[in-house]
Amino acid sequence: MSTPLRSLKLASRTTRQCRLSSRAFSCSARRGSEVNSLHTFTDEENMLRESVQRFAQDVVAPKVREMDEAERMDPEIIKSLFEQGLMGIETSADHGGAESSFTSAIIVIEELAKIDPSVSVLCDVHNTLVNTIFRKYATKEQQDKWLPQLAESKLGSFCLSEPASGSDAFALQTRAKKDGSHWIINGSKMWITNSYEAEIFLIFANVDPSKGYKGITCFVATKDMGIQIAKKEQKLGIRASSTCTLNFDDLKVPEENVIGEVGQGYKIAIEILNEGRVGIAAQMVGLAQGAFAKSVPYTYERKQFGQPIGTFQGMAHQIAQAAVEIEAARLLTYNAARTKEEGKSFVKEAAMAKYYSSVVAQKVAGSAIEWAGGVGFTRETGIEKYWRDSKIGAIYEGTSNIQLNTIAKFIQKEYS
Amino acid sequence: MPHGDVCRTIDYAVKIRVNPNQTGVDTNVKHSMNPFDEIAVEEAVRLREKLKDEVKSIKVVTIGPTKASDTLRTALAMGADSGIHIEVPESAPAPEPLGVAKALKAVIDREKEKGGVDLVIMGKQAIDDDAGQTGQMLAGIRGWAQATFASKLVVDTGKSEASVTREIDGGLEEVRCKLPAVVTTDLRLNEPRYASLPNIMKAKKKPIEKISPSDLGVDLTPIFETLKVSEPPKRQGGQKVASVDELVAKLKEAGITAVS
Repeated sequence: MSTPLRSLKLASRTTRQCRLSSRAFSCSARRGSEVNSLHTFTDEENMLRESVQRFAQDVVAPKVREMDEAERMDPEIIKSLFEQGLMGIETSADHGGAESSFTSAIIVIEELAKIDPSVSVLCDVHNTLVNTIFRKYATKEQQDKWLPQLAESKLGSFCLSEPASGSDAFALQTRAKKDGSHWIINGSKMWITNSYEAEIFLIFANVDPSKGYKGITCFVATKDMGIQIAKKEQKLGIRASSTCTLNFDDLKVPEENVIGEVGQGYKIAIEILNEGRVGIAAQMVGLAQGAFAKSVPYTYERKQFGQPIGTFQGMAHQIAQAAVEIEAARLLTYNAARTKEEGKSFVKEAAMAKYYSSVVAQKVAGSAIEWAGGVGFTRETGIEKYWRDSKIGAIYEGTSNIQLNTIAKFIQKEYS
Repeated sequence: MPHGDVCRTIDYAVKIRVNPNQTGVDTNVKHSMNPFDEIAVEEAVRLREKLKDEVKSIKVVTIGPTKASDTLRTALAMGADSGIHIEVPESAPAPEPLGVAKALKAVIDREKEKGGVDLVIMGKQAIDDDAGQTGQMLAGIRGWAQATFASKLVVDTGKSEASVTREIDGGLEEVRCKLPAVVTTDLRLNEPRYASLPNIMKAKKKPIEKISPSDLGVDLTPIFETLKVSEPPKRQGGQKVASVDELVAKLKEAGITAVS
């Protein structure tokens, strides 16, 4: 048998096995009935992790401090993310994306966060909120129009929160009034990530307040339609990630820019935030690992009283506990991601992952500073940045109290 | 058609530890493609970007156990078209440069039917054994031109020639050789790209052919026996001197100066 034919056959055999079972994560010759640990990834996912790791270390790392001090995302970083194909991770190849798995997106977010949680959240919001809304709820014409732009060059932003509505998202007051073949949007959005650099905005507005939350509708608008970027917030952490107030003053949006049905907006928002939660969990896990990786090696070099401080039992125990917590948060996150890929309900898992990862991120980042002592307290090593960045984890994309509410509801259903 | 030879080594960033038996190093650590081979793959991809259709195909070859195919996949994700994995058992000793060269010669001979190989690009040395022999040996046994330690490569398909700038001890040397030829890469030849996600996904569909050394009629039994591997002696502290005169005096004392 001539060898070229043999190699072609090999390739098709393994791909069939991949499609046959959703549980055989690795596209090697494993049978579908084998159950794998959460440390199992496909070859592509592993290659992606390595590639993003190197990219983050070589391209992002040198700029982290200056972006944090200047409170500004370097446009070159955003450009490189697009060039590496990291802004259309799950988007289909027809639309210019990489057609990869949700777990691939989680891997990218985690690896970026190890180096800079600000860059990570930019990529996370763009992929898990903006791209996914188009992929799941948009018409074919809308997908053909918007997804390629989002995959190639235009940054997206998700606009739900307002000055008077955060956790109580559906109390939003931005209004949309029909006017011929257009909608006129008036109102304000606040705490909007990516807003300074974004060109494509998903705006949630209520078309009929008498219907309560059932009037909320999702619109896509571009910056040049007249979106006003007002105050840019000065924050404790993720300072390079832009967080602005947006004003809509008779913003005119064509009727074909409604995503999904009129009045379906609340449903889109709830469902999409579940996925976004797993993304934030990944960001927090990456953050914790980044802080850990920066501080722990130092403890094995720094000697006091004749030995490396990391070898004193008190320190070793703290470090070990932190490692356990990071692993637990990581497994919660990857399990939520795989559960979603299996098509199962993952609401509780996502809430648990996001809640716990944000707790671990705070704790580990805080310890990382203490382990490094005075050096950890200075801004030069970048260790303290992780602690400042971690605080937002318990706040955005659903506060920890909201996550605990969600989890409690599931428990009540199960046990009463 | 350029051929890249890649090998899987311990990742350059990993701290190397000698194993307890002193027969080698601890290999239970992260492995990646040999950095010089990455540069080789990158150069092949850049040649295609420059010469376009004149580069008919880029094939990457590796010799190693099952896990070595990871490096082939990475090379495919960087832009190579197909791969050949010469598979050896996990327990087999690492192939030696002459063995690798013989295997590559056999692969090149096989490719004659498919249009032949015009250029073989490989790393100047592997960072595990630092042997730096394979490229030269391959050119020797195949009777081809060789240009090693390349810091610049220009291919003229019309004249069937390659111009290579080599890094040598005294500076830079430019050589021109007729194709087919073997070129080995040095650090400053290029900076390899990161495999972008779309290319990683495309690499899934690119073929990797698996063959064994016996398919090639090559015997990879080692000729050398490693007697001992040990860490370099711990560095002794140096001495600080207060002036140039004191420095010269100390050097004279140690007998390390030509000045009497």
